Amino acid sequence: MVKRRTLLKSITGGFTAAAFSTPALVRDVEAAEAPELRGTGDLGVIVERASGSVQIVETTTHTSLARISGLGDLSHASLVFSRDERFAFVFARDGGLSKIDLLTHRLVKRVVQAGNSIGGAISDDGSLLAVSNYKPGGVNIFNSQTLEPIATIAAGFGSNNDLSKTVGLVDAPGGRFVFTLYDAGEIWIADCSKCLAGGKPELTKLRDIGLLPYDALISGDGRYYIAGLFGEDGMALVDLWADKPVAKRILNGYGRGEKTLPVYKMPHLEGWAQAGDGFYLPAVGHHEVLSVNARTFSQDNTIKVHGQPVFVMARPDGRQIWVNFAHPRNDTIQVIDVPTGKIIKQLKPGKAILHMEFTARGDQVWVSVRDENRIDVYDPRTITRIASLQAQAPSGIFFTWRAGRIGL
Amino acid sequence: MSNKICWLLPLMLSISAVANAFAPTTAGAETLSRQRKVELTNLVRHDCGSCHGMTLKGGLGSPLLPEIMATYDADVLTEIILEGVPGTPMPPWRELLTIEETQWVVEQLQTGAHKRGNF
Repeated sequence: MVKRRTLLKSITGGFTAAAFSTPALVRDVEAAEAPELRGTGDLGVIVERASGSVQIVETTTHTSLARISGLGDLSHASLVFSRDERFAFVFARDGGLSKIDLLTHRLVKRVVQAGNSIGGAISDDGSLLAVSNYKPGGVNIFNSQTLEPIATIAAGFGSNNDLSKTVGLVDAPGGRFVFTLYDAGEIWIADCSKCLAGGKPELTKLRDIGLLPYDALISGDGRYYIAGLFGEDGMALVDLWADKPVAKRILNGYGRGEKTLPVYKMPHLEGWAQAGDGFYLPAVGHHEVLSVNARTFSQDNTIKVHGQPVFVMARPDGRQIWVNFAHPRNDTIQVIDVPTGKIIKQLKPGKAILHMEFTARGDQVWVSVRDENRIDVYDPRTITRIASLQAQAPSGIFFTWRAGRIGL
Repeated sequence: MSNKICWLLPLMLSISAVANAFAPTTAGAETLSRQRKVELTNLVRHDCGSCHGMTLKGGLGSPLLPEIMATYDADVLTEIILEGVPGTPMPPWRELLTIEETQWVVEQLQTGAHKRGNF
C-alpha cells in the first residue's frame, strides 16, 4: 500500500490519492512500473556516430536520460519524430531503420531495409516513413506504425536505367516526398497519399536540374525545394505549388571569378535558415555564407566566414545565424548577426564541431563536439556556454519540435 | 546532362599509367609517430568517411574496402589522394597530408588494417 501511494503521488505530482483512487488505474500503473508521467516536448536524441548508439536527452535541465545501443552504423545518421513526439525513427548508414520510444527508452523495432542509406523523412500525416538509399539507389516507403514495407521507388535513369544514389529527401504537404538523384541530376516528386491504401507512389520527374546535386532542403511552408549542386556554382529551385513544377536555376555562378577550394566535407542543406527577408545557404568550395532574397531568390549578400560552411542554422527568431565548418577548420563556430550581416562572435569549442540544434524557441543551442566526446549547450542570447554533457563521438542532435515542422 | 558519374577509381586507372612516375614506391612510414598515426586513423574514419562511409563501405564516394583497394597500384591510390579527381567531389589532400603519410594511409587501406583495430 505504501508503494501504491508513492507511485500515485509521483504520477499526480502531489494530488491526493483519493482523486485517483480507482483500483484499475493503480493496477495498471503498478503492472507497467511506469516512470513518472512526463511530456516529450523538451526531449531530444543525440547520435553517437561511432558506437551505434543514441542518447535521449532533456533540454529543460540539460540532462541525458538514457542511451540506446545496437542501432548499426550511425555515421551520418539522422532521424525524424512521430507526430505525437513519442517515437524517434533513426536512419542508419547501413540501411537500418530503428523505432525508439522516448518515454520507455526502448528500441521498439529495427529493420535493415537497404545496404547503404542516407536519411529519411516522415509524411505530413505521420503514417509513412521514406528512406533515401545509396545502394540500391532509390527511396523505400514504410508504415511508421509497424515498419512494414509499403512501396519501393527505384531511382532508375538514363538509357540503361542505372540506379542513382538519392539525396535530399524531404516530406512535402499532401502526402508527398521530394528527393534528388545525385548521379542523374534529377528531382523527383513522389505523391504517396494513396500508398497506405495500397496505391503506388505517383512520380513527377524533373530532369537536367544541374550537375551533382549533393543535398536539398524545403522551405518551412513546404512550397520551395532547393537542391545544392556540387558540379557547378548554383542551385536548383522547384516551386511545389506550380501545377507543373519545373526546376529553375538560381544563384548561377555565385563564386564566379574565384578559385573553388578543395571541398573536404560536403555542406548540409537542412532546414530553411530564414531570417528577415532572406535565407542563408552554405557556398560550396568557398569561405562564404550566401544570403538569398526569399521572394526573388537572387543573391542579396555574401558573408565571408572562417571556412567552408557545413551547417548554416538560423536561430528560431531569425536574429542570428550559426555556422560550422568543414575539415580542417571544423573546430570553430561563427555567429552572424542578421540585421548587420556581421560576425559577432567566434567560438572554438573543440575539434570537429559536427552539428548545432536550437531548442524550439531558441533559448538554447546544443553543439556536438565529436573529437572531444562532448555536447555543449549555449545560451544564444549571451553566446555563453551554460552546460556540457558527455557523449561518444556525437554527431546529429535532434529535438522533438521537429515533429511539427515541414521538411524536418 | 544526365551523365552518369563514373566513380573515380576505374577512371583514374586509365589515366594514371601516364602519371605513375609521380610517387616514390616505398612506404617509409617508420618515421611517422604513433600520435600521427592515431590522427590519420581518425581522419580516414571520419573525414574520408564523410563521403566513403565511416566503415569505408562507400557513400556518395566509392567503397574503400581492402579487397577493392588491393587490386590497385599503391602509387595510383597515393596519387588520387594527393591530387584528387577533377570533375568529382574527391578533393586533393596535398595541403593536409605529406606523401609519406598518404603512403601509410594507402598501405592501411590495402591491407585492411582498420579491421584489426589498429587503423
